[in-house]
Amino acid sequence: MDRFIQVLVDGWATGSLYGALAVAVVLIYRATGIVNFAQGELAMFSTFIAWGLMQAGLPLGLALLATLLLSLFGGMLIERIIIRPVEGGEVLTLVIVTLGLYILVNSLAGWIWGFGNRAFPSLFGDGSFDVAGATIPLESLGIVAVLIALVAILFAVFQRTKVGLAMRAVAMNPESSRLHGISVGRTLMIGWGVAALVGALAGALIAPRLFLDVNFMGAVLIYSFAAATLGGFDSPLGALIGGWIVGIAEGLAGTYVDFIGSDLKILVPLTVILVVLLFRPTGLFGSAEVARA
Amino acid sequence: MSLLEVSDLEAGYGPVTVLRGISFSVDEGRIVTVLGPNGAGKTTTLRALSGTVRRSGSIRFDGKDVSKHSPEKLAGKSVAHVPEGRGTFTGLTVEENLRVGAFTRRDKAGVAEDMKRCCEYFPRLEERRTQLAGAMSGGEQQMLAIARAMMLRPRLMLLDEPSLGLAPKLTAELFKILERIAREEGVTMLLVEQNANLVLKFADDAHVLEAGRIVLSGTAKEIQADEGIRRSYLGV
Amino acid sequence: MSSKRLRLLAWGVVLLLAILLPFFFNSYRVGQFTQAMALAIAVLGLNLLVGYSGQISLGHGAFFALGAYASAISIADLGVPYLLGLPIAGAVCAIAGFALGLPALRLRGLYLALVTLGVAIATPQIIKRADGLTGGTQGMTIEKITAPAWSGLADDQWLYFVTLVVTAVMFVLAAFLVRGRVGRALVAIRDNEIAARTMGVDLARFKTGTFAISAAFAGVGGALFTLPIGFLAPESFPLALSFAFLAAIVVGGLATIAGALFGALFIEFVPVYAADVDEALAGVIYGGVLILFMYLLPGGVMGLVRRISSKKATPRGTDDVQAGADDRPGGDAAGAGSGAARERVRAQ
Repeated sequence: MDRFIQVLVDGWATGSLYGALAVAVVLIYRATGIVNFAQGELAMFSTFIAWGLMQAGLPLGLALLATLLLSLFGGMLIERIIIRPVEGGEVLTLVIVTLGLYILVNSLAGWIWGFGNRAFPSLFGDGSFDVAGATIPLESLGIVAVLIALVAILFAVFQRTKVGLAMRAVAMNPESSRLHGISVGRTLMIGWGVAALVGALAGALIAPRLFLDVNFMGAVLIYSFAAATLGGFDSPLGALIGGWIVGIAEGLAGTYVDFIGSDLKILVPLTVILVVLLFRPTGLFGSAEVARA
Repeated sequence: MSLLEVSDLEAGYGPVTVLRGISFSVDEGRIVTVLGPNGAGKTTTLRALSGTVRRSGSIRFDGKDVSKHSPEKLAGKSVAHVPEGRGTFTGLTVEENLRVGAFTRRDKAGVAEDMKRCCEYFPRLEERRTQLAGAMSGGEQQMLAIARAMMLRPRLMLLDEPSLGLAPKLTAELFKILERIAREEGVTMLLVEQNANLVLKFADDAHVLEAGRIVLSGTAKEIQADEGIRRSYLGV
Repeated sequence: MSSKRLRLLAWGVVLLLAILLPFFFNSYRVGQFTQAMALAIAVLGLNLLVGYSGQISLGHGAFFALGAYASAISIADLGVPYLLGLPIAGAVCAIAGFALGLPALRLRGLYLALVTLGVAIATPQIIKRADGLTGGTQGMTIEKITAPAWSGLADDQWLYFVTLVVTAVMFVLAAFLVRGRVGRALVAIRDNEIAARTMGVDLARFKTGTFAISAAFAGVGGALFTLPIGFLAPESFPLALSFAFLAAIVVGGLATIAGALFGALFIEFVPVYAADVDEALAGVIYGGVLILFMYLLPGGVMGLVRRISSKKATPRGTDDVQAGADDRPGGDAAGAGSGAARERVRAQ
């Protein structure tokens, strides 16, 4: 029973990490209708920047803040320069451009920082406490709390602010949005910027657990896609809950299903994606628009 | 001086030219309609004015040259375009749709006031305020589109076939509301329509478009009265 | 000279050069060209799937791996002569391709890309897991292929020519598929599924069939690829390989046969998954080139070649069924090519 609770708790925390990146993916999809295959690599790059800033002497908090800001602008720049020329085009074109971005960013990071791995400090320290026989690291609680706060803020922004309204409108009907005076280009830029910011946050949360190296976001990406698919590709809340479910499922499957063991855990997100897409493409919280893609 | 002056407007899609140089003007406070059969270029005319297709020629609004304005910029100048297909934001509620309509405005109080006023013209929308726009019928979405355009407090409203897909009774009701809006709010209107019969009854002036050129202009009364014109150009 | 004759002449020249090649390069280079040809077969298969039938697959490396292992297991464990390993690889992959093609029918665009991405990521893990068959992380070895005495060739040259023959056969096969009824149906499906269906094209049969054939090509390529090296391990088939195949069809030109050659040469000689230091810079160039190709040369190298050759007096040949509108990935039913695409993008 102890083990079960431990697996649950760990899965919940890990799931929050998947959810974090998934929120970034969902943000871009919601704002631009594009699935950004490079989301993980962008997050990785941001995390490396944070690491670099810390090496230069900045304390973790400040480094993270600076990184978030830089990522915001970086994301906006990427939309403006790399994505804008092919926006609204064929699906395949977009897939290839984001894949090219994946390869480029991954290699650029390797070129700048090398391919070794390094440690990344946790925002929440090393403390932990025991509940019902399971050890809950403070970090896990911190991660979950940050994510819930993130989703709440995003929700408020999307529902209550003008910018949020613009992003939703543009995602639904860009032509009509233009007629009402909304600058589609500027709105998309903001969407990518915010997504990059969220991705950077996700990277900083994930890095302490897996070592920081050029490929650490690679596997996380597919888990995040599973989370986003399960949650419904246009719902940040769905991404979070989807992440929790995927994380817990992974933990349970890895522990209790012999066939999966520890190598084949990647089959879990794969199965989730397949099952959701075949039986309920809108996911748990997605709107009907999602299935049309 | 007219509110809208168009000269030698050419427009098209890619290599295909649809409008072959049309000229007309719309005086402030008037309701003007552009009629013509399918494919004549009616929708293209409005798109050319808005700037969503490639165009050349001169467009002057309120005396200023807007020939190169993007649609967003034109909206900022108080020109509202109710497009073909209505442009509904299906995933937003009625109220959110209206908020999008008021996007370029900065006066919060005025916007709130206008939301109330819109609902006076379209009581059906008031009932459905918190419902998703996508769940509404075609007629209701058309009303929403017009209400959304009104939220801009436009001086000029461009409407693309508002009667499309609506039952005749609903169309008559719609046109009555449009007329009220034009007169009471002082909105100048330019409508393109295929349904000549109904629209000629409430418009002031009319132009007939055929194969990308204006072949006839006059007051709505003149055109409606002349049977010959009606039969050869408008098929009624 | 008509464009058809010109094309045949061009292929003839290419073939001639290919035959002469191994006598002018050292054995290492020859090995690389051998591998490039094997890659070209896989790239060709992917092009059939993506370029012609419009189904996005990011997981082609999985079929490549499957073919490689199927062949290796047959040769090493079952004592099958290495040449027979090729059709075995093809058959196994065809079945797997068909199996994947069935659920793929229900997925569109991005979702199919996602699922196939997952398959590609899972591939090294699955290989490790099935270590009873595959030797797991230790990998598998196959005996080095030696040239028979009567040929008078060095080992690497012999393998090169074997690969050349197989490659030529596969290319001809693909050409026949694409020019005939099948090719036309595929393009119809790619450009407008609804219209294709009303014209009586059985979507399910063609789409799953294409998956099967495309996988078979990849499998044969995979089997050939490992012959020169003689060793395969899970690390030989990373995610980057699937990306490389996609890059190859983009660079070479979607929905073209010749493009597979260019694409394969591109990915063989700009190795992404090779040594560390090289990897970084090569990857940056690689990714950058991919993106640039989408802006400037969406039709790939073959698209450029076609555009240049069409500027000459002779009317464009109906190479690969679609006349000209293939300058953009996925084709354009309206036929106005890249100009209209850019127009649409700007209007957004």
